[in-house]
Amino acid sequence: MKKEQLLDLYHQMVLIRRVEERGAELYQAGKIGGFMHLYIGQEAVSTGLIAAREPRDRVITAYRDHGVAINCGISADQVMAELLGKSTGMSKGKGGSMHMASVEKNFWGGHAIVGGHLPIAAGLALGDQYSKNDNITICMFGDGATNIGYFHEALNLAKTWGLRVLWVCENNVYGMGTSVERASAVKEIRQKAEGYSMKNGKVNGMDVIQVNEAAQAAMDYVRKESQPYFLEVDTYRFRGHSMGDPERYRKAEEVKQWQENDPIGIFNKYLLEKKVATRKALDEIEARVEEEVNKAVEFAETSPEPAAEELFTDVYTE
Amino acid sequence: MAKITMREAISQALMEEMDRDPAVFIIGEEVGVWGGTYAVTKGFYDKYGPDRIKDTPIAENAIIGAAIGAAMVGQRPIAELMTINFAFSAMDYIVNQAPKLHYMFGGQFKVPMVIRAVGGGGRQLGATHSQTPDAIFAHFPGLKVVSPGTPEDAKGLLKSAIRSNDPILFIEHATMYQVRGEVPDGEFLIPIGQSKVQREGKDLTIVTYCKGLELSMKAAEELSKEGIEAEIVDLRTLRPLDMGPVLESFQKTNRAIVVEEGWKSYGVGSEIASRIYEEAFDYIDAPILRVAQKEVPLPYNRTLEQAALPQVPDIIAAAKEVLK
Repeated sequence: MKKEQLLDLYHQMVLIRRVEERGAELYQAGKIGGFMHLYIGQEAVSTGLIAAREPRDRVITAYRDHGVAINCGISADQVMAELLGKSTGMSKGKGGSMHMASVEKNFWGGHAIVGGHLPIAAGLALGDQYSKNDNITICMFGDGATNIGYFHEALNLAKTWGLRVLWVCENNVYGMGTSVERASAVKEIRQKAEGYSMKNGKVNGMDVIQVNEAAQAAMDYVRKESQPYFLEVDTYRFRGHSMGDPERYRKAEEVKQWQENDPIGIFNKYLLEKKVATRKALDEIEARVEEEVNKAVEFAETSPEPAAEELFTDVYTE
Repeated sequence: MAKITMREAISQALMEEMDRDPAVFIIGEEVGVWGGTYAVTKGFYDKYGPDRIKDTPIAENAIIGAAIGAAMVGQRPIAELMTINFAFSAMDYIVNQAPKLHYMFGGQFKVPMVIRAVGGGGRQLGATHSQTPDAIFAHFPGLKVVSPGTPEDAKGLLKSAIRSNDPILFIEHATMYQVRGEVPDGEFLIPIGQSKVQREGKDLTIVTYCKGLELSMKAAEELSKEGIEAEIVDLRTLRPLDMGPVLESFQKTNRAIVVEEGWKSYGVGSEIASRIYEEAFDYIDAPILRVAQKEVPLPYNRTLEQAALPQVPDIIAAAKEVLK
């Protein structure tokens, strides 16, 4: 990867982190409602993954979607505005934290029913197969989604019909508060792909470079072979499942241990050691992010509420 | 005008739209090689091939979910549910995904998908395969629910549904595929969301749709012999509901019954009656009665099943009751 690209990835990761940190503050201040699930700790996954796509490749994910939105090229302004429920958000304030999307950026949403978007992802790929193009659909989901029926129907269909889907399981150890070992019959989730004769692999999700390389190889396979691929990514969320999670299911030491493997810290060290950037250059990126986030908060706070008539628009297209 | 069966009308609509628009394809269980469990897509597989007539695994979430996804990226899938009773397996997609995607993402996504589903009792299939749960689906804004009662309406409405950019549940009745009716020759469309007077009369209004139309027409003939002229308003679309012709008729007759095959409680009849009470209270001369299925799971035994389903004599009795 070129220097500019690497620095761009660093910028994206820091931007996700700061947007969400500010988001958490605004949530505590009562300016963001509903559920909000932070991606903090998992930034390397979607950053490395989405950097491997062509613009024509589609992305779809679950409700932990702010980071994915940013990686897809949606501005911090729009993400923040959607969090605040403003008309300038990408879903015009009607979707909120869990329902971000941009057709223009080929980001097909944030979906909030666990596992529910997997058959839809198969459908996006089916639409492309029907059009006889070679687009790939990247479908991200958590470990928890692999225990529900949708997952199995979607994987079976994708393999049976040779759909170009890169299934990416972000194994962050817990589905809400229930650990993988308490919820899943197999400890290594990629084993489930074996049940569908689906090629699969596993990668360390705290290292953006490793994620990117694994994603690149997987996507080459998917595109060339017209077959789905299953990538399990080991990662960890540093914050609770959502805001207001009492975190009784894990010990502070466990969180601390993972935080020592902070994906931003790891990448920062990599960039310095490989002499891709100087400390000063990275500081400048962080300062730039700080400005961007300040601007995004200001944009969101000063943006208008949706107009009253918006209540009834877009129920139907016609 | 040619007289054709409901099955032929639906089959013609599908074929004409597939010929017209290459984005239209059919996806479902046994739609292809088998020819459709109700033989509606017989011959399609040979004509269009496996790319456009997609036999799926028995996996309703995959069928409807994948149809939604393909629709989002510009295709126009027609997903077939072998019976509407299997819709419950895919409930999340039918009521919680497809109807929400356009609204929830600020108008960015469109889901131009038709779900064809066969419902209704009367074929001794037992409690889990005989339901008429139309009202449940009509509860959800964002979904359109269409259920025709004549071959002409079936053809014209299905063609409109396939061309619509909204998700549409198109409910057919398992015992009506052999029903024959006049269907206009050549290309025609019937707009979704328009009720229609199927029989004119002055004494009372019968509001109904789908199987209820067939039964109500028979009841009206019997009533006519006794000098009672019933006006029959066919809803055709349950959501969006067009109350115009219902209210117009009611303002003339001042008496109404609602006939549906689903259960009475929380049903279509409850909705229609409420709307008349709300919107035409001054015109009411008698309580609005509902003719519907008895409140039991539908039994297998033929006599018991028929006793549970609404019948022509039930409609006649209700009509006479509101005329007392």
